[in-house]
This record gives sequence, C-alpha cells and structure tokens, in this order.
Amino acid sequence: MSAAARMQLLAPRNVRLLSRRRHELLAGSSGAGPGVRSLTSPPLSSSSPGRALSSLSATRRGLPKEKMTENGVMSRAKVLTIDTINPTVKKVEYAVRGPIVQRAVELERELSQGMKKPFAEVIKANIGDAHAMGQQPITFFRQVLALCSYPELLSDNTFPEDAKSRACRILQSCGGHSMGSYSASQGIDSVRKDVARYIERRDGGVPCDPDDIYLTTGASDGIVTMLKLLVSGEGATRTGVMISIPQYPLYSAALAELGAVQINYYLNEDKCWSMDIPELQRALDEAREYCNPRALCIINPGNPTGQVQSRECIEDVIRFAAKERLFLMADEVYQDNVYADGCQFHSFKKVLFEMGPEYSETVELASFHSTSKCYMGECGFRGGYMEIINMDNEVKAQLTKLVSVRLCPPVPGQALMDLVVNPPQPGEPSYDSFIKERTATLSALAEKAKLTEQVLNTVQGISCNPVQGAMYSFPRITIPEKAVKEATEQGQQPDMFYCMKMLEETGICLVPGSGFGQKDGTYHFRMTILPPTDKLKILLDKVKEFHQKFTQQYS
Amino acid sequence: MSQQAVNGVPSRGKVLTVDNMNPNVKRVEYAVRGPIVQRAVQIEKELREGVKKPFTEVIKANIGDAHAMGQKPITFLRQVLALCAYPELMEDNKFPEDAKKRAQRILDACGGHSIGAYSASQGIECVRQDVARYIEKRDGGIPSNPDSIYLSTGASDAIVTMLKLLVCGEGHDRTGVMISIPQYPLYSAALADLGAVQISYYLDEDKCWSLDVAELRRALNAARQHCNPRVLCIINPGNPTGQVQSRQCIEDVIKFAKEEHLFLMADEVYQDNVYAEGCKFHSFKKVLFEMGPEYSSTVEMASFHSTSKCYMGECGFRGGYMEVINMDPEVKAQLIKLVSVRLCPPVPGQALLDLVVNPPQPDEPSYTTFMKERTAVLAALAEKAKLTEEIFNTVPGITCNPVQGAMYTFPRITLPQKAIDKAKEQGQVPDMYYCMRLLEEEGICLVPGSGFGQREGTFHFRMTILPPTEKLKVVLQKIRDFHLRFTQEFS
Repeated sequence: MSAAARMQLLAPRNVRLLSRRRHELLAGSSGAGPGVRSLTSPPLSSSSPGRALSSLSATRRGLPKEKMTENGVMSRAKVLTIDTINPTVKKVEYAVRGPIVQRAVELERELSQGMKKPFAEVIKANIGDAHAMGQQPITFFRQVLALCSYPELLSDNTFPEDAKSRACRILQSCGGHSMGSYSASQGIDSVRKDVARYIERRDGGVPCDPDDIYLTTGASDGIVTMLKLLVSGEGATRTGVMISIPQYPLYSAALAELGAVQINYYLNEDKCWSMDIPELQRALDEAREYCNPRALCIINPGNPTGQVQSRECIEDVIRFAAKERLFLMADEVYQDNVYADGCQFHSFKKVLFEMGPEYSETVELASFHSTSKCYMGECGFRGGYMEIINMDNEVKAQLTKLVSVRLCPPVPGQALMDLVVNPPQPGEPSYDSFIKERTATLSALAEKAKLTEQVLNTVQGISCNPVQGAMYSFPRITIPEKAVKEATEQGQQPDMFYCMKMLEETGICLVPGSGFGQKDGTYHFRMTILPPTDKLKILLDKVKEFHQKFTQQYS
Repeated sequence: MSQQAVNGVPSRGKVLTVDNMNPNVKRVEYAVRGPIVQRAVQIEKELREGVKKPFTEVIKANIGDAHAMGQKPITFLRQVLALCAYPELMEDNKFPEDAKKRAQRILDACGGHSIGAYSASQGIECVRQDVARYIEKRDGGIPSNPDSIYLSTGASDAIVTMLKLLVCGEGHDRTGVMISIPQYPLYSAALADLGAVQISYYLDEDKCWSLDVAELRRALNAARQHCNPRVLCIINPGNPTGQVQSRQCIEDVIKFAKEEHLFLMADEVYQDNVYAEGCKFHSFKKVLFEMGPEYSSTVEMASFHSTSKCYMGECGFRGGYMEVINMDPEVKAQLIKLVSVRLCPPVPGQALLDLVVNPPQPDEPSYTTFMKERTAVLAALAEKAKLTEEIFNTVPGITCNPVQGAMYTFPRITLPQKAIDKAKEQGQVPDMYYCMRLLEEEGICLVPGSGFGQREGTFHFRMTILPPTEKLKVVLQKIRDFHLRFTQEFS
C-alpha cells in the first residue's frame, strides 16, 4: 500500500478530497516527480487523476468486508469487487471519455425525453471524431470498402475502374478472397508494402522495409503494444516513460495499467507549446532517482496542444534520445493536419535518417499513424500502423508473437489503411474528386483553426496559442479565485467544475485541461475544431458568453 | 549485458533487448500462430518461387478461418455492410428492402450517420439492445439488460479485458485462473501476459473430453497452496476438443463456482456449432437462471460470443460481445472506464454483430436466401465433423473422439519411442516434430497438441474441419498415409 493510501485510510471523506487536491497540486508543479514521491511510492506517482481513484479504493481497503473476500471464503460478497480488482486498472484515467462525457450522454437522453434545458442540443467538442461532426467520408474510400464487403458489386458499372481495381487487389491478398478471413497478425502483406512505399515517398526516398511495418487496431493499439514491450524491472529499476504535459491521456492510462512510471516533461505554453531540451533533461535527471527511464514519447503535431515541431527541435530530441539511450515513440497521427504558415510536418524517421548513420543506425524508434485523423477521419474502422526502426531482431520476434495472440487487426481497417497510403493517382478516374474532397476538408480545418484562435483570443481571461496543427485548441483560462474555492469544496478540479458548468448551461462538451495535465495553477480546456464552420462560430460565441458570465458570477 | 542494459548506461547495445524487455511478454506462447505456421508461410513463398516440393499447395488446417477455407460469406450480411460503407447504394434497387432497412438503422445509430465515427466505448446502443433481445430469445425469455452487454474486438479482446480486471495480489495472493487442458491458447497467453497463475484442470479424453467436478476440485485444492484461485474458464462447445457440455455438467460447474467463490467465464463462441445427435447447446446464462435465485442472483459470470465462428465465419471483422451477470456496479464502472481508453471496437464489426443477432425474419425478403445459406454451412460442417472422426478412427495409432461441436478435431496419436527420442535429440516436443514432418512432406499445417496442453505422455494435434468436403477427404487421406509411413519409419 502506498504512503498516500495509508494516509487516506485515516481520513474522512471531505478531508480525503482536500488532501487529494493537495497531491494534485504537487503533481502539477514543475517539480512533479519528487514532490509526489514524498507522498507516494514511485510507481504509483504517475498521473494525478489516477491517484484520485486509488485513494478512494484505498479507503475501502480498510473495511472488514474486504479482508474476507480476499480469502475467497465469504459467502456474501462478490468475487470481484472494487477492492479486489486489478489495482493498476483502478489507476487508469481517460478524461476524453470521462465523467463529463458521461454527463453529456445523459443530457442528450434527457433532451430526447423532452426535458427542458437552456439549449437544444449537446455539441460534443470533446473528441476528434470528424464524421460525428458532419465531415463526409472520402467517396473513393467508401466505394472500395463497399466493393470489398460485397464483391458482387464489381460487376456494377456505377463504380469507377480504379475503385474496382483497388478492391480486387485487396481481396486477392485476403484468404479465400474475403475480408472475413483472418489476415497475417502483422497485417496483410500487400498493405504493409503499400505503407512502406508511402513512407518512402513521404520521407523523400529514405528506404522503408515492409517487415518493419505492423498494422494495428487504430494507433492506440500500436502505442500500448510498444509500451508493453518496454516495461520491466521493479522498484528503482522499473521502466520510466517520458511523456509531455499536456499529453494525450492514452499515454498516462497505458502507463498506469502497465504499472510503468510516468515521467512528465512540460511543454512551454509561452512559446506556443514548444518542447525544449533543458526541460527534457530536468525531467530525466529527476526521474533517474527513482526509476529507469527508457522511452521518450512525442506527439507531433501535438495533441491536445496543436503545436508543430520544427525540424531543428526534432533533431535535438533525437540527439537527446541517442545520448540518454531512450527508445523514441513518435505519435504522428496528425501528419496531414498542419495549418499554420511556415509550419511543416517532418517525420522523426526522415530527420533521423538525414542525421546520418551515427543516428540512423542506432536510435530505436517506433512511429505511429492511423486512419482516424488527417483528412479521412475514419475513426470507427480502427485502422493504423506502426513502423519500427533499429529494433533488436529478437525483440521483433517477440513483438510478432505478441500480436499473434490477438489474431489480426480488423481487416476493413487494414483495407482502409491501404487506400490512405495508396490513394487515386493522377490519370485515374477518381483522382480529381479525391483531391477535391481531401483539399476541401483540410482547408476547412485550416480556416477553423484560425477562427478558433482568433475568437478565443478576443475573450478576456482566455488566451489561446495558434492551432498550428492537429484538431484541437487548448486555450488557457483564468478561473476566479472564488470559483476555484467552490470547485475545491465540491471536490472537483477547477477546470472540471468550469467545463461541467459550461455543459449544463450551454450544452457544449469540452474536456478539462486537468485530464491532459497542466502546470500547477493553470487551467485549460481542450476543444476540437471539427464542428462545421457555422456551428463552430456559434459554439465559440457561446463559450465566450459563458466565460464572461462565469467570470462575473465569481468576481 | 543484461545487467548493464537494465541500468541504461552502456553506450553499445540496444535500449530494448530480449534481456531487458517485459518478462511477461516473453512467457507468452500462442501455438495457433506459432513456429509451424511461420514455416507454412515460408513454404508457401518457396512454392511461389518455384522450389520443388512433394505437394503443390499448403493447406492451413491450423486455424478456424472459415472464409480462407473457401466458405462464402452470408449474402445478407455483406449487402448490409456494403450499404453501411457506401450509403449512396441505398438508391440502388439491386439491394433488398430489408438490407436497406437494417443499414439505415445502423447508420442512424452512428455519429453523423457514418460507420467512420467512434461509437460509444461499450458499443453502439441499438446493437447492444439487439444483442440483449437475441440472448433473451436464445435463453427462452430470461431477461438480458443491454447495459450488461459490452461489444468487443472479437471475443479475444473481451476475454483478455475480463481477465485483466480479475488479476491482483502478489505471491500467494496472486490471482489464479482455472483453465481446461487442453485449452485454447489465448487463455494461457493472456495469463502469462498478465502475470496471473494458470491452474490447469484436465478434460477426460476417455469420456469424450468431458469435464468433471472432482477434477475441478483436485485442481483447485492443489492451487490453493500457492495462489488465490478466483476464476473458472469454460469453453463450450470446446476448443480444441469439440465436446458439447451437457446441461447437468453445466449445473455442476455452476454449483462448484458458487461453492468455491469463483468468477465464471463462459466462452460460447461456437454456440451454433453443434453437430452430434443428442447434443444441444445450453448457455451458462440460461442454466444459471433456471437454477433459481440462490444462484442467478449471486454467481458472477461473463459470457462471450463472436462473429468469427458459427455459420458466419467473419473473423476479419473482429466483432464480438460479452454479457456480464451479477457484476458489482463499481467494477462495472471500472470496466467502462477501461474500455474507453481504446475508444471503441471496430464499427464494421459492431454492424456485423448486429446482423448476426438480428438476422432476416420470416416475413422479410432476404429470409429464404439467408436460411438456405446458413443451413448449408452448418449441414456441411456437421457432415465434415462426422467424416473426420470416421476416417481418423480407421487409422491404426490415431484415435479420435466424436466432434460434437465447434470446428476442430483433436485426435490422439501414438508416436513410436524412436520418434520420441529423435524429436528430443532435435530439441523438439514429439508432436511438434510430427506436425513439422507432416508439413514438410504433405504440405498440411496442423497445430501440435502441446500447444494446447495435454496429459503427459499423450500426443495430439488440432485440425480444423473447415476445408471443403472434397479437399478434406484428400487431407484426411494424406494424414493417414503420412501417419502410417511415420510409424513404419520409426518402428
């Protein structure tokens, strides 16, 4: 049991909530690691929300009921209770689909039941779910998927020839020419080849080996699998993984579940959420006191922060990883989502190889991509891949074995991934409409990125960095002291309190910054830029209005 | 090297090596796609490159992959999926009205009417409602709550998730999970990955692989010395052993689980695959509720189903669900949180599952075709189950229990002592040696019994009954020839 848990054990509920908050403040300060360590044992000191749950359960651990169930002899209690559940699962937190989203779903149900609310619909700007926000699928992709699902349509002359030939090619590489058969666990051969060619084109000819490509069930699956491979040791030798703060909470959730140590490095909000090496070094040096840092995770373009890393910054990070012997994980799922003038996407792979063999032959790297973002937004298909560079051959064999247990990623998602990396070419019948659709989506996103930044920055008490890329803005909000106090009294994070109020009053569903991590004493929210422009304008106005009202109410 | 690497200081060597990687991952084994299958893929490549072999094609009878073996998809299912993928086809009058109606209903339940949107992490609500209604119908009216249904990425995903929830404690308190031997190796793999303790209970080969409670009790008592047994996993109909549990046996198991305070996990993905006369599928849920509130309101259970088996065989879509019974509400909240991290199961798989639980009805235009296709698949499987058993039992040195259900036969093979010695010389398990030779000489890919577990000193292999009947006859003949040759060689 952790020191914190032991402390919680003695505390009545309200004291517990207060002390929980104290931990979180400590966790949020720039000295996060050590501050927390004084209260909890290192492996438990990962993210603050995680502790919130573990402290609740720790209290229950003191009840007599629990002792009896642990022996498995009591006749009344359940076999599986909150006290006897996997403790690492309890530490998992995933704010993007957390309590605020559950409340949003509830509100939607209430609305549909005719309950009166100060709004007519709930707008879910909490998650990067493009189609749910009205974005239309790319016609070509869906034509090919329909053909693959029901090959009788191949004789239908309403489908363009290039869609048919793509569908035939995919079906020919499926067992029994059916998407219903299992594929190889690493993914369909021909799809992996197409992915490799795509990466080569993207990276100006840097070679890519299809054997280094693993297709996945969305990028999340690839990321969790890689982290799983990396986790080992106990106590001070337990694997530590460096993640940015703010971060996409898949990382903290996966680390909590794997019992790995989360090492926070802070992005610099004042410099448009950029990353700098001294901060990485600080975080690493402090973490070396209590764990074995082995991996460095980067999200570029950033989620939730929308920054696009400069080439130079990537080089610095690679040098840092080489010097400190860290396995690099580059989450590049937003690689087509770059909007700001002067910004460009540089893949870690490309920069690595341009730095010469000293780096390209040694630094271990896994990079991730997905069908869910960019211009496709096909989240529901759970398509994705990872490319691994310089991975030890024996480890690769272990990876191949590990993924084989889950048999294969969903084949429709693999088919879709194939189309994304091998879209219609000039001269093919679908090329023009494909480019038109793709461009329309990306330019609308660019426009909305700019609009969001502009409108939010007109609000006193909200300041918003440029949304250089990805699909979110992560503005900083000033929350009046009185509101902070009231939130604390209710046992809520101040930005959760803020977002919950906004949801109840306006129907807008955002994710509080605390779900991603932020510097102590600062508050943010994440909002997607995905609603259609007209709706986005209304949404931004409502946010503005709410913020003003909220500020006034608590001044 | 290992020690140095763990400290992370040396300048040579990789950050991630087999010495410093997650030790649990190293312990994972999954024979169904293990070395023998890798060799089969290699041989296929060699054949394509023109290397001469004593056969012209590799027949993969290692995995229950129906479409790969030539089974055709059910037309209705694929029509609806095509409509969901490309709703412009709704205008096309080639599609029957019921297919269009189903597609529209699914699309209406998707964000932005697109299967490209994330669904709720637990699964699309209307699909969960349909699943609940399906279960109620299957179980003669026993109520099923859509809130207790979790859609999953194939059944494997849900099984691993449930096991993950259940694992806790250290040393003697570490969670132990009872699994049958022989077992489907997903279970042993997941337990290794999670660092849980595997508790093996043996099925009785002499009684058609049946399960008996005395053996469960033996295994449990032995395990209590070194771990905390909390879970009992059952596969019914059995994989790889093909037995179908009697109602009585299920009752006994439920009583045992209650008495010993075990969480029940019922893997029922082969629920439509019952062939033997006198055998019938009984769901654990139904039996549990028929045993009265003493059981139905206390015994915790999760049961699993999938789109990959039965008459559908749609493995590639990774559709599935689990139903949880009597789960503590706080645990349920943790489960919902846990599945939310992976966002959602693949939506095409969810759509497919919806069609499986809500197929065409008698008054709908697709009903006749659907029933014809479904019946044809199941009847062919029943025929092949029988054929396989019959032919194997004509071979001296092979004995095969009836394939009552599922998709596999798991015959026992007698291996000459000389062959056993030879295998050991080569550092191989004897049945792996046997299967490897079979692959090299006949191009038939099976999975050795050791990959599933078996009583010491006995040897088996698992073979699917999925190849088309004519091909299956050839496969069986070839195995027969090989077995005779092999036995002679080592006699």
